[in-house]
Amino acid sequence: MSAPLLEIRNVSKRFVRRLDLAGKIASRLGAGVSEETVHAVDNVSFSIAKGEVVGLVGESGCGKSTLGRVVAGIHKPTEGQVFFEGQDVAALTGARKREATLAIQMIFQDPFASLNPRMRVEDIIGEAPVYHGLTTRAGAASYVDEIMTKVGLDPSLKKRYPHQFSGGQRQRIGIARALAVKPKFLVCDEAIAALDVSIQAQVINLFMDLREEFDLTYLFISHDLSVVEHIADRVVIMYLGRVVESAGTENVFERPVHPYTSALLAEAPRLDQRKRAFVPIKGEIPSPLEPPHGCHFHPRCPHAVPECSADPPALETVRTDHVAACHLRGRFV
Amino acid sequence: MAAASGVILVLLSLLALAAPLAEAQLGVSGDAADLFNRLAPPGGAHLLGTDEVGRDVFVRLLYGGQVSLAVGLSTAVLTGLIGAVIGLIAGYFGGAIDTVLMRITDAIISLPLLPLLIVLAAIDLTKLGLSAEAAASSEAGMIRIVAIIALVGWTTVARLVRAETLSLRRRDFVRAARAQGSTPLRIIAVHILPNVSGPLVVATTLSVGNVILFESVLSFLGLGIQPPTPTWGAMLTNAQEVIWDTPALALWPGLMIFVTVIAFNFLGDGLQDALDPQARE
Repeated sequence: MSAPLLEIRNVSKRFVRRLDLAGKIASRLGAGVSEETVHAVDNVSFSIAKGEVVGLVGESGCGKSTLGRVVAGIHKPTEGQVFFEGQDVAALTGARKREATLAIQMIFQDPFASLNPRMRVEDIIGEAPVYHGLTTRAGAASYVDEIMTKVGLDPSLKKRYPHQFSGGQRQRIGIARALAVKPKFLVCDEAIAALDVSIQAQVINLFMDLREEFDLTYLFISHDLSVVEHIADRVVIMYLGRVVESAGTENVFERPVHPYTSALLAEAPRLDQRKRAFVPIKGEIPSPLEPPHGCHFHPRCPHAVPECSADPPALETVRTDHVAACHLRGRFV
Repeated sequence: MAAASGVILVLLSLLALAAPLAEAQLGVSGDAADLFNRLAPPGGAHLLGTDEVGRDVFVRLLYGGQVSLAVGLSTAVLTGLIGAVIGLIAGYFGGAIDTVLMRITDAIISLPLLPLLIVLAAIDLTKLGLSAEAAASSEAGMIRIVAIIALVGWTTVARLVRAETLSLRRRDFVRAARAQGSTPLRIIAVHILPNVSGPLVVATTLSVGNVILFESVLSFLGLGIQPPTPTWGAMLTNAQEVIWDTPALALWPGLMIFVTVIAFNFLGDGLQDALDPQARE
């Protein structure tokens, strides 16, 4: 494997709700208020090689979107570092920093919230490249035309506003905006979840075409396992802020080690299993305000042993290119 | 409606500017008292009659329009400007900046307005380095009124803009702009300001009416623009002494204020629609 394009090391992101003056006084007086800390991302490390498509999977609220935003530079990590092409992104300055910022772009879930409703499409796509000097003001028109064509939009629509487009078209505008700054790495945060199924397929195909054409690398955040299985080379499974399993797509889908992964796979609807008893994972995802001790999954795990509630399991190599964080290490299967 | 309101406002302004012309044409005076001709009914050279000291009501109405419209418009624009800048900064940067700016806003809102205005209006402009002549001029009086109302009036706009900015800051298109390396100033100018322009314009145009009324309150207290310079508010207050004999004296300035306020409100509505591409279908 070549040197990773992007590597994150021990990244944590905590959101703290600080007490205001009244709250501080109340807590002094013994009222049960205290600072609340959400461990959205808890000590996560992984690396992504150039050209790879990595799927990041997990339930709602498991921190996958937060992790995506940290990678895209929208949130600063509370702890840990993000390395892009071997350099700590936080330590970069000036032109190098700008280069790294532009090289990592994000595609958002909601195609209605991700476009400025007061800007014409040509300005949405052309703003950043003109500002950063990737094209001249005079050349912007043809530059925008070219990118719109690449993502399957008719350049004659560029004078329109976002609300005049359908959801799928709007998502294409979002992709065009990201492509306009010549990125190397795209973070797709549930980028197809808000679209109709038929449009989903088109957009996925667009992503894959663009991957070849522009030599792109993807972090594909999704809760849709069938989509991830279809496009990802490698899958990272997150549960409540931590990575529980990470492996090549085939390993994850054929030989899952972590009970959470198995449970997720068992729930994914498949065409060859039309009638079957549906056994949901018991309980709900615990509050990230007070995550369970030990393994975060143990209150819901059908195979939990006493050890699980005592110590958090570390990520251990199960086989080549396959790590999982479970004390049982697959012995229950 | 908006277009009609715009036309009405332009007509009103033109009429107000034509006041000296009307004075000369009709051969009447808005300044000189004529005690033999008090409270004359409309007719002859006095299109709308005369007031309690015999001045021509029509001409005074036009001169009053100059002052009221100028004060109303410039104060509203100044209020909107200060409020927008403070609201955008507080809302976008948040944290300590937001806390400080919003507590200042709260402090100004909680100040008892009238005593404050009386103190501000009592400031002796000659002590600030103006000549006695300049300090007593009606321009100085107007600027003083504009400054006083703007100084306490920006809070509403600031809170409105801050609230909008807070919600916009978390929208994905702002996040995308940050991921594309836009500076905070650029994000505020290009992505946030156009999206708060609707409420901002409406709040500003709505405040024009309030300012015109507020100016009349100050004039009533003797703190506004000093007589004999007429304003609609001052004419309204003067008219109340003789309201049972000649209600028309109160009716005309009241009608002018009413029409102006309504016209500005419609204009604000229209501007909001004009600025919003989604409403332009």
